[in-house]
Amino acid sequence: MQPIFEVRNLKRAFGGLAVTNDVSLSMAPGDRVALIGPNGAGKTTFVNLVTGNLKPDAGAVLIGGEEVTRIDAIGRVRRGLVRSFQVTRLFAEMTPAEHVALAVLQRSGRAGRLFGNFLGMPDVMAEVEDLLGKLGLSELMHRPVSEIAYGQQRLLELAVALALKPKVLLLDEPAAGVPQSDTGRIEQALADLPADLAVLMIEHDMDLVFRFARRVIVLAAGAIIFDGSPTDVTKDPRVREAYLGSYANASHAA
Amino acid sequence: MTMTTTNAMIAAPPARRRYGAGDLVGLAVILLVAVIGYVLFPNNLALLTRIIAAALLVLSLDLVTGYCGVATLGHAALFGAGAYAAGIVSAHYGINDPLAMLAFGIVAGAVAGLVCGVVILRAHGLPQLVLSIALIHLFHELANKASSFTGGSDGLSGIAPSALLGLYEFDLWGRTAYVFGVALLAIVFMLLRLVVRSPFGMLCRGIKEDPIRIRSMGASPKIALTKMYVISGAVAGVGGALNAISTQVVGLDSLSFTMSAESLVMLVLGGTGSLFGALTGTVVFMFFEDVVSAANPFHWLTMVGALLIAVVLFAPKGIYGTAAALVTRRREAP
Repeated sequence: MQPIFEVRNLKRAFGGLAVTNDVSLSMAPGDRVALIGPNGAGKTTFVNLVTGNLKPDAGAVLIGGEEVTRIDAIGRVRRGLVRSFQVTRLFAEMTPAEHVALAVLQRSGRAGRLFGNFLGMPDVMAEVEDLLGKLGLSELMHRPVSEIAYGQQRLLELAVALALKPKVLLLDEPAAGVPQSDTGRIEQALADLPADLAVLMIEHDMDLVFRFARRVIVLAAGAIIFDGSPTDVTKDPRVREAYLGSYANASHAA
Repeated sequence: MTMTTTNAMIAAPPARRRYGAGDLVGLAVILLVAVIGYVLFPNNLALLTRIIAAALLVLSLDLVTGYCGVATLGHAALFGAGAYAAGIVSAHYGINDPLAMLAFGIVAGAVAGLVCGVVILRAHGLPQLVLSIALIHLFHELANKASSFTGGSDGLSGIAPSALLGLYEFDLWGRTAYVFGVALLAIVFMLLRLVVRSPFGMLCRGIKEDPIRIRSMGASPKIALTKMYVISGAVAGVGGALNAISTQVVGLDSLSFTMSAESLVMLVLGGTGSLFGALTGTVVFMFFEDVVSAANPFHWLTMVGALLIAVVLFAPKGIYGTAAALVTRRREAP
């Protein structure tokens, strides 16, 4: 299948340190990929390079076959590359309905409109109600985000991303900071993501990685050291070496 | 357990968010206050008209500062541009129809808004504030130096607006100007209610809270803020034109740092991020300036200072913002 998202030989160094060193990967619609790696492996830099918040020294990023390396972060979002944030970035004074409506309006080119209100736009409201309903947030739709629980904020973060109708979704630790009791709801939401959406998840929680991903990419010292199935990843000697026990500790904690 | 929601959490939008609610009440309050002002101070309509012009400036400032979080101490540049444009077309080009003068004021305000926006929005925080101060001084100096056009420090005179709609002369008592001002304020207020509730208004509130999040939704904060600056300039231009038409003179003070700072004080007094807050702050400040300064000319500014300190320390949402929050809390209490 024609890849929907491609990274070719991406390189970026800070000073003399190659933080992203010749990284290439390709994803097809419907892919569920987890990107893992020990702390300092260069995951954050990789995300910033891909989303356009950081310029690469060399290499290319393609969305749907179109090269976007020279296109800024906003342009990449408009071409279908959407990310969620590791620490929720929501508007405290706004309601879930307003968040999703803003995303829908932006996607449909109406966020600059000077009149009307989304509450009076049937098509926007239908989408808002549908998305929030699927994520179990209907009842909280009109409460300020500052009043809703963190687990629900994580779900809303996902709702905002989905409202942008992405082709490629970058999830940065979607369950980070969520109490154990609430992770089930988030995992369910991840399982329910649109089938044709390509999802790249950056995650520390290996349980979640194994349940969600059908392909795992391991980043260490800025380079991909493993790209394959979840069942093979723990057997790979290089991966074990890269984690040097830190993964063993992590799995103990989990 | 956080994921389940209780039935007590209402699914319906709260009244204040409901479509169109509150607008007519707001309009009624403005008109009522205008009538009360007319009845109480029939000999002081010029002052009331000046308050309206200032209110338009403060509303304009609220759009960029209250709704978008832009820090500026140079907002009078937009007001002054409107005032000088309306004045110059009358004094130098014989365009005396007040509505035409108003149109020139609006356009000049919008253009000044675009210029200021493009410059100010290049920076954030303290540098932004400094840029805004630099801009107001530049505008002030420009008006001062171009004295053949602007009258320089003597002020621009020779402004002679003809009858409004060809029917109502601008009389000595300032009745026509006052009614004109009230009508303009009412129209601007209603239009701004539309804007702040619109998708664009929502986008700006989002930018104020987290511009990076807005970018990650595919919207450009800079374009949106520049657009808001142009709208803000048009509103300030209405105020400036009203000032030029009603007083028939434009002075350098309308382009001053002092006026910019005072408008910010008015906004903070009333409460940022709310159109009513802007109006409340203007009325309270101008009331102090006029009534209290007449009663106690030496200490009125001290009293404004004390009031400002009290508001900032004990009611950081401003006079209107705090009152509104109290009412909401009481209403939501079981």
